[in-house]
Amino acid sequence: MPIPESDVKWVEEARLGFWEQLYVPAMIDGLKTTIGHIFSPQVKTEQYPEQEPKMPANYRGVHRLNRDEKDRVKCVACYMCATACPAHCIDIVAAPAPAEWADREKYPETFVIDELRCIYCGMCEEACPVDAIELTTLYDLTGLSREQMVFDKEKLLSVFDQTTKAGTDPVRTRAGRLSVASEAPPGQ
Amino acid sequence: MPTVYVNDKPVEIGNRKLNCVQAAELAGQFIPHYCWHEALSVVASCRMCLVEVGDVNPKDGVLTMQPKVVPGCQTPVRDGTHIVTGEYDKRDTSFPARPYDANYLKGGAPGTRAKKSQADTLEGLLINHPLDCPVCDKAGECKLQDFSFKYGRSESRMVDVKNTPPNKPHLSSKITLFTDRCIMCTRCVRFTREISGTAELMVNGRGHHEEIDTFPGRPLENKLAGNVVDLCPVGALGSKDFLYKQRVWYLKESNGVCSRCSTGCSTFVDTNKDIVYRLRARPNPEAQGHFMCDEGRYGYHFANSAERIQRPQVKADGVLKPAAWNVVTPQLKKTFTDAASASAKTVVGVLSPFLTVEEAFLYATYFKSLSADVRLAIGPVPVVGHDDTYPKDVKGNPVEPVKFVIRAEKCPNRRGVEAVIKHFQGSVPAFADVATESLTALWFVGGYPDKDQLAASLPANWKAPALVVAQDLFAGPITAAASFVLPATSNFEKAGTFVNHAGLAQTFDRAVRPPTEVRTELQVAFDLLGRKGLVQAAAIRAELAAAIPAFAHLATKELPANGVRFELATV
Repeated sequence: MPIPESDVKWVEEARLGFWEQLYVPAMIDGLKTTIGHIFSPQVKTEQYPEQEPKMPANYRGVHRLNRDEKDRVKCVACYMCATACPAHCIDIVAAPAPAEWADREKYPETFVIDELRCIYCGMCEEACPVDAIELTTLYDLTGLSREQMVFDKEKLLSVFDQTTKAGTDPVRTRAGRLSVASEAPPGQ
Repeated sequence: MPTVYVNDKPVEIGNRKLNCVQAAELAGQFIPHYCWHEALSVVASCRMCLVEVGDVNPKDGVLTMQPKVVPGCQTPVRDGTHIVTGEYDKRDTSFPARPYDANYLKGGAPGTRAKKSQADTLEGLLINHPLDCPVCDKAGECKLQDFSFKYGRSESRMVDVKNTPPNKPHLSSKITLFTDRCIMCTRCVRFTREISGTAELMVNGRGHHEEIDTFPGRPLENKLAGNVVDLCPVGALGSKDFLYKQRVWYLKESNGVCSRCSTGCSTFVDTNKDIVYRLRARPNPEAQGHFMCDEGRYGYHFANSAERIQRPQVKADGVLKPAAWNVVTPQLKKTFTDAASASAKTVVGVLSPFLTVEEAFLYATYFKSLSADVRLAIGPVPVVGHDDTYPKDVKGNPVEPVKFVIRAEKCPNRRGVEAVIKHFQGSVPAFADVATESLTALWFVGGYPDKDQLAASLPANWKAPALVVAQDLFAGPITAAASFVLPATSNFEKAGTFVNHAGLAQTFDRAVRPPTEVRTELQVAFDLLGRKGLVQAAAIRAELAAAIPAFAHLATKELPANGVRFELATV
């Protein structure tokens, strides 16, 4: 649809005066900032990798799959993350939950994230209705092959174990449970 | 003409007997409903279709609206009926407002009562609904989601603990019941009582402890049972075949025609990434009505089977070996042409009743182009038992009037293929008749989805000639005897036309692409005929309509969605 002419505002470029045309005052201004930083540094250089940075809690690094209080995978295989994912890097195969999981009907039989395809936007975390998927502060993800960078369910759960044990990433999403009725009835 | 006013818009209903929901639909106004279904009786239990209704007094012409909202599904309309729905404020304002009486307008602007009633109804339905939409298979095509979004309120005032009745996976071998999601519209119960007649389902309990259940020891096992899943407006009844396989928003829907019997039910084929995940009935009053049988519904698995013939094979030293199409086609063409020129009378082309009319036409053209003496025959027509009519009574005896028929003839297009063969050679010999002669060459264009059914319908004294070309989905006795084996495509992998038992021609679209090395029958026929260009079923259909007078009805580019009924000369 073309933009109506009434919505278009034409702006003329500001004309340069004599001093602006010389560019010298602007250069002196810039040099002042540069030289000022030599004598009073504002940014502290970190000696990576000898010194590891501490990432902010909302840093979007490697994914993890959270465990619930019974150490089962929290994920209910609803595909919300896979649907929200703009890079189509999440692949889930759902299955009926094991019979002994009384409070659950569905669980992910496989849950695979292609960490190379992922753009680390965090939409999966936002879409998750049960706080099962989170992005951690792990930033230095390396691998020797493409296959190594495709994380399956066990690997993603091990990231959870690793990051919670290290204390770097406590569980921080609190969207709640799926619903009242999908929890076990009171007294069970 | 009798005229009904829907949100001030006049609509002529003719002499049809309609309720408010149907009359509003004619006027282009949707009235939400759960329990009402065109093919089932009216119970007016869900209260979702509440509307404001009034009538014109024929004596003095004064319009009086009823003070209370009424269920639209249960309220018939007549000349002068005025329907005001909850969406009156979004009406088409190009029509002048009707002269509503002052008493009615005192209760607020038109439509406010209906709107509030619908919102309250939804709140009531959601009181015990678990809202586990993320794990519910219906999410995305759920009427409770859709209507809550459009007509409901966004937050719940419910503070008590919700009812959580246990699920009933034992309801049927193919269907499971998530009892807590049910909104008690009783469509499923009425379906088993009125359409299948088997009456397995019932409502157990009272008030908000009502549950759908079966009678002890009588699970929901009838050949139409799968329809209750389609009928369920929420995610309470789930098909075990489809359970947790896909989220519905990933599925692409295309129009199909069921190939498992000669009723030729119209279907929706739901696919994702070239895999067929489920079939649903597409309402078509010309073909089958609103429903489809379980044989057809769950009969798509053959298309996804790993046992299918995946690529052309050529027999060398008594063993079939895979070969590339660009090698097979010229070799096959030469061998078969040689056989036809050596002795055309003993060469037979067999066209199976699973082919579309376009395919049958092109193959028949090819066979007759070799020599006019090459004979055509129709492949074995699988017939299993007798026509199965529904509804049935408790003892399983058929009841009149018949509402659904599962045909004994388990193929979709016998009449279409017969009409094509009849055009080319006048008579239509059966495969069983020609198979017992001593032939020199046989080209079997198959596409049988059930290899056991094909094996059973072959004549016992069938003797394979020296040259057999077999084109089929699965390996069987014919492919075993073949020198050339070509893969066939399922009806989901091609577009075309089927002619059902009553002469109804229905076109269908391609739903998925065939496996990598499988060429469609139309493409193979194109290659054999040496034709170039894009293979399009619609173009060949136009050719067929021009060539064969019996198919002249198909000349239009786009056939109507319900198909075209015509009288093919019966053979």
